[in-house]
Amino acid sequence: MRNRPNIKKENTRLKKIAKEIRLRVLETVTRSNGPHIGSSLSAVEILTSLYFGIMKVNPNNPNRDRFILSKGHAAAVLYATLAERGLFNKKDLKNYCKNESNLPGHSTKNCVPGVEVSAGSLGHGLPIGNGMALAGKKDKKNYRIFVLLSDGECDEGSTWEAILFAGHHKLDNLVAIVDYNKWQSFGRTKDVLDLEPFAQKWRDFKWGVKSVDGHDLEELVAAFKRVPFSKNKPSVIIANTIKGRGLPAMENTLESHYRSPTGEEFEAAVRRLK
Amino acid sequence: MRLAFIKTLSEFVRKNKNTILLTGDVGFSVFEDFIKEFPGQYINCGVAEQNMLGVAAGLALSGKKVFVYSIIPFVTMRPYEQLRNDICLQNLDVKIVGVGGGFSYGVLGSTHHALEDLAITRALPNLTVVVPADPIETKLAVGAITKLKGPVYLRLGKSKEEDVHRGLFKFGIGKANILKTGKDAVIIGIGPIIKNALIAANILKKEAGVSLGVVSMTTLKPLDEGFVKSVAKRAKSIFTIEEHNLIGGLGDAVAAVLLKNRFRGIFEKLGVSDRFAGVIGNQDFLRSRNNLSPREIAKFVGKNL
Repeated sequence: MRNRPNIKKENTRLKKIAKEIRLRVLETVTRSNGPHIGSSLSAVEILTSLYFGIMKVNPNNPNRDRFILSKGHAAAVLYATLAERGLFNKKDLKNYCKNESNLPGHSTKNCVPGVEVSAGSLGHGLPIGNGMALAGKKDKKNYRIFVLLSDGECDEGSTWEAILFAGHHKLDNLVAIVDYNKWQSFGRTKDVLDLEPFAQKWRDFKWGVKSVDGHDLEELVAAFKRVPFSKNKPSVIIANTIKGRGLPAMENTLESHYRSPTGEEFEAAVRRLK
Repeated sequence: MRLAFIKTLSEFVRKNKNTILLTGDVGFSVFEDFIKEFPGQYINCGVAEQNMLGVAAGLALSGKKVFVYSIIPFVTMRPYEQLRNDICLQNLDVKIVGVGGGFSYGVLGSTHHALEDLAITRALPNLTVVVPADPIETKLAVGAITKLKGPVYLRLGKSKEEDVHRGLFKFGIGKANILKTGKDAVIIGIGPIIKNALIAANILKKEAGVSLGVVSMTTLKPLDEGFVKSVAKRAKSIFTIEEHNLIGGLGDAVAAVLLKNRFRGIFEKLGVSDRFAGVIGNQDFLRSRNNLSPREIAKFVGKNL
């Protein structure tokens, strides 16, 4: 039986952390005048639930769970989460996208502790996750691999090669999360290359599938706790999200992929967050 | 060469259980024994090479030594960005083994020929590029690359290449291998086409009294610059030969070193002059069409001394 009061307490804790991470993302991107703020804000709850509710995080532990940010352009939310988790100093977030800094616009392996894989080009994360999952199986280790994909990168053939491979090899230690914010780089996914019926496609490729509200921490944690959804099948969580969530001036817009908030827009977002 | 590769790899894998061989659904008549002996260290990834290189990266990031095998265009060109980002950028212990150098798959047509792979692999940071000339060099090269920690591209021919060396010799990655010394000119080659250069040297000796040295530049990258420099000092004429487009391969790599060292002698490149095969034919036929038969090599060298 699940213990409701404890879940509620846990949810309050995670909400507080998510708020902190969202604030750091807003600050970090606004200050650097960098792009892709919308892509980071849609994934705040996904990363919060993984790093503070689900994963074994210690980078020095060979049996740690692995996280691959395949949508590497959401680097800001990964950095904010890793800093919040104590893997590097939060003050260093100010170096994001600065010359000679260790925080590039696309997360790069070991740029800070906890970044497992270099990303930036779409469609690379899930194949690499496959390799890690296979290694885990071969070595009889029980760590899991979580790969965060964008919906846009589900256009890539390599992503579908990987989906086919994981299903065939029964990689039930592999979990994909799609940040399904319904926008890609130059339009709405349904207008550019429609993914629907999306969940069915994964099912047909021998994956266990769950669709959740990607901003509902309780739903996310509950889903992550139930992986693998089927024994001998990889799992995918289709997280329905809103691009730019928490930045009122640009919520659910294409603009949030490119433009950095103005000072006023940033202030308005912070006011709403508090 | 394929058999020399799999035999040497098997010997290594027998002692190194942490090694995994991936193939993109090729290897008929080559891998059967390996699969039988090491079922847990072999994965046929299917005809999905982009995923395969990503899988290789994920395995290497988890501490495995990985060999990836397919026909050259499918393991270098199709997944080139995976080779660049997943393997070279992250500097992983993955060995890409391409089979079918040059016109090895002659009659199968241009899709299967490998005439541009050296140019594009040579341009990748962190990648070592090794091209054995015969089964003996293949055996030595496979042994040597297993000791390297980083990414390697190993370009093989196909089958039935004849040995150009008489036996095993002291082999090193990044070292030129002298097959024959000559006092009138030197031809530096790469891959099994060197066999034709050796025959050409004999023709020149017999018919024109020309003494042509022949060198196998087994490692294209890092290039043995010291050796090229030493040749530049003593030779009046230097040639290169490769079963590859004249753009971006061995000839260009050697030329850059010669220029840097202010070589004033004759320098000429032999290879395929920036074109697809255009016609159907077996390897010898296509080599001949591209002026790479022993007779044509001898003629070209004789004319340019």
